[in-house]
Amino acid sequence: MKQDLFFDKKIPDRINRVDGRAKVTGSAAYAADHKMQNTVYGFLVGSTVAKGRIKSIDTKAAERAPGVLAVITHLNAPKLPSYTTGKDPSQPPTGGHPLRFFSSDEVFYYDQAIALVIADTYERVLHASKLVKAQYEKAVHQTDLDASLGKAKVPTGPRFEDYTRGEKDGYKSAAVKIEQEYYQPIDVHNPMEPAAIMAFWEGQDKVTVYTKTQGVQATQKSISDAFKLPLENITVNAEHIGGAFGMGLRTWPYEIAAVMGAKKVGKPLKLVLHREQMFTNVGYRPATTQKIGLGATTDGKLVGLTHDATANTSAYEEFTEATVNMSRFLYACPNVTTRYRIVPLNIVTPIWMRGPGEATGSFALESAMDELAYQLKLDPVEFRLRNHADSDPENGLPWSSKFLKECYQLGADAIGWKDRKLQPGTSKDGDWLIGYGMGTGSFGAFRGAATVKAMLHPDGKLILQCSVNDMGPGTATMMTAVASDLMGLPVNKITVQMGSTLLPPGPMQGGSTVTATVGSAVHDVCLALKEQIATLAGKEGAAISKANAQQLKAADLVFSETGVASKTDASVRVSYSDLLKQNNLPVIELTKESKGTKLPYSSYSYSVHFVKLRVHPATGRIKIDHVVSCADAGTIVSAKTAEGQMMGGAVGGIGMALMEDLVIDHRFGRPINNNLGDYHVPVNADIPSVDVLFVNKKDPYLNPIGAKGLGEIALVGVAPAIANAVFNATGKRIRSLPITQDKLLEA
Amino acid sequence: MAKKDSGKDRLDENELNKGRRNFLKQSSVLTALAVTPTALVKAAEEGLDEKAAGYFEKMALSIEINGVNHNLSIEPRTTLLDLMREQLALTGTKKGCDHGQCGACTVHVDGNRVLSCLTLGVMMQGKKITTIEGLADGDKLHPMQEAFIKHDGFQCGYCTPGQIMSGIACIREGHANSDEEIREYMSGNICRCGAYPNIVKAIADVKKGGQKL
Repeated sequence: MKQDLFFDKKIPDRINRVDGRAKVTGSAAYAADHKMQNTVYGFLVGSTVAKGRIKSIDTKAAERAPGVLAVITHLNAPKLPSYTTGKDPSQPPTGGHPLRFFSSDEVFYYDQAIALVIADTYERVLHASKLVKAQYEKAVHQTDLDASLGKAKVPTGPRFEDYTRGEKDGYKSAAVKIEQEYYQPIDVHNPMEPAAIMAFWEGQDKVTVYTKTQGVQATQKSISDAFKLPLENITVNAEHIGGAFGMGLRTWPYEIAAVMGAKKVGKPLKLVLHREQMFTNVGYRPATTQKIGLGATTDGKLVGLTHDATANTSAYEEFTEATVNMSRFLYACPNVTTRYRIVPLNIVTPIWMRGPGEATGSFALESAMDELAYQLKLDPVEFRLRNHADSDPENGLPWSSKFLKECYQLGADAIGWKDRKLQPGTSKDGDWLIGYGMGTGSFGAFRGAATVKAMLHPDGKLILQCSVNDMGPGTATMMTAVASDLMGLPVNKITVQMGSTLLPPGPMQGGSTVTATVGSAVHDVCLALKEQIATLAGKEGAAISKANAQQLKAADLVFSETGVASKTDASVRVSYSDLLKQNNLPVIELTKESKGTKLPYSSYSYSVHFVKLRVHPATGRIKIDHVVSCADAGTIVSAKTAEGQMMGGAVGGIGMALMEDLVIDHRFGRPINNNLGDYHVPVNADIPSVDVLFVNKKDPYLNPIGAKGLGEIALVGVAPAIANAVFNATGKRIRSLPITQDKLLEA
Repeated sequence: MAKKDSGKDRLDENELNKGRRNFLKQSSVLTALAVTPTALVKAAEEGLDEKAAGYFEKMALSIEINGVNHNLSIEPRTTLLDLMREQLALTGTKKGCDHGQCGACTVHVDGNRVLSCLTLGVMMQGKKITTIEGLADGDKLHPMQEAFIKHDGFQCGYCTPGQIMSGIACIREGHANSDEEIREYMSGNICRCGAYPNIVKAIADVKKGGQKL
């Protein structure tokens, strides 16, 4: 491989978020902000038991309450064409059955919707929903992962079979080893925008929705399946969504219920989940208990790694994530065993939360690496360098690109790693103990399929269209940056239209794939557009036609805001308006599908997070002083938004490490802190300065723009970095998240 | 308020309203407000006068929002947030939690930051409200709006209206003298995307600019 394949791209322009103006003026419309005449309001009434059957439900008072248009329950719900009442929803081999509100009397979890009340005003629907009363035939519920480990099973399908490379549990024979258990509680996405949908039917067979989804096409498909309608009869819009972090990666039962409700009342229906319902009805990061066995030679070469994880799913679906997968490829290690199990509980089905399984898994793996480094009396960075995987140990393939060592170096320099003491509890600042820690993150880099339509107008304005949407990372800004670079157009000449099924199909916003996928599609459509412009400009008799009658290529031209000019003679030029006029075209437009191919490489993004923090030994208070997050995410297309995304991952990781924990009272199977006052997330005062550093080297194989992914690695590895820093400060190893003051004082 | 247009319903409503007025007469107004919901729930459960449960008297409200006077008749239970979002089409102000825990609904009332989800509309008689929609002067953005764009003080943008309203108030209150102080006085506004360091930079920048806000 020639070294010059890896070129440092020029420092990308720090362009401002292109939808910034809409967001700072309040004009950006999120799902519940859309205005429709005669909108009515829906509200979900939840079950008060965690398992059982609805014996009776009294909706009379609610129905007679003023302004109420309908109360939908399992007794009167319109029968959706696709809904059938399964006998045992938790049965394989389908990985369970989706939950459909109001399709049966069965209750699988606390606050599962048992009724949808619809009224003409928000106040009235809220009041009426309090009047619905139900009696239950209670059954014994289970919400405690620890108490249910005996029911752990391998998920359906080949992806989650036990994995062994070399000798099974080979760590046991190592000269130096550790065996430890780590616990991740339930964390809840809690985007600031609650789950919300507006639905409006035209006639009996056409529906338009504005909803909080990370993929409009996926939601369109779900509604199509539920109502047995052709896709083109369903329009799903979600241009702006107020964060999601994974919460919007599936169509939830409330969305189908709202579409059903809107049909029943024949009016536009708005349904917004209350914050409490955000904790009980739309997924979370599952509780996961993990065991790591890790062994090395006395000079710090890994001998064996065993990673077991058991996580909860719901009582009706199998939810899975790649919790143990990082352990297979992150380090060069001859003997690796991973086992992944799930346990059904009476809680709503989890859904991937930023990082997802890798974030949980990295807490265990990277904590264990720190523990073993300490036993070996090795610097944790040095320990990782000694076990760096130069090719993918899982499949033997070369990496398409890997600059993890550069990340270690950049971060160690920026945090002042040389000041770290090997011996914990020995660095002090007044009453405070000072600690340094680090953790590695990784996530698969992929390129999926996307179609982008480009339209160049006579005034040099370029419109890009794709159905992909933006939950916050800055997708439109990234697309603008790619097009601006290729077309020689200033940012303000480019408009991105996105987030609707009326636009060419794009991917789901998830799995750190959007820049690699949609950015590449923008790249491809722009290149094709440039060739089309060159063909028009090079036609016989046109301004830049070549004397030798060879077809003019884009490479012969300089593209700018005003038009194109010959590369060899800048005075030979044509404006876009003249070019279009000459060709009798109102606009030059092109639609192109673009996708990745299977490569003989293994592709991952990497991050290394360094943390400096202080612990007050008398109170156990932890205060983070400084975070440095470094990433190898390939080419950084839009520096400003990419930095924001990394910074946000660090903040999310701080929440995961130090505060987030949905506490369930297992006696009743219901959460006790399902509100933002009691479920703590980081606030401004919790967050120190966060420095973000990018290696910014192109991945030469994955896609034409050289971008890998950033969304997940921004968070994966942050929590262990903090746990490791707490150990370095205090000598106390907390293996159960979050690391709260009580745990630190008891340790 | 939508009413079914049939003579029978009107008659029923008159009867019910009479009953409700009698009920209110028996208590002082304040007590009535405090006990009404429970009392009416009970009434509804007993099937006595279900419809009365919803027919709260409306109250007159004169309020100025972003320089526009509104003379309204609203239910006393309507929050300022829901009034603006659902009745006045001012959806720039966001609902994040409805419990005063997240700050997304922050607006200015006579120049001070207030959580509009914890504020009943009827309490705002004669007040001047400023929302995110009222900050810019035509096309010219408010310095805090400019600073949020420049420093990328947001990602998804949902908490941003509240952050900006809070940020302006934070400077006005004299609580933006250091990064540390800004962090403390901006901690009522949650940003789940985690743009906090950039929010602090934006506010510090505006404070340094010294413009009158």
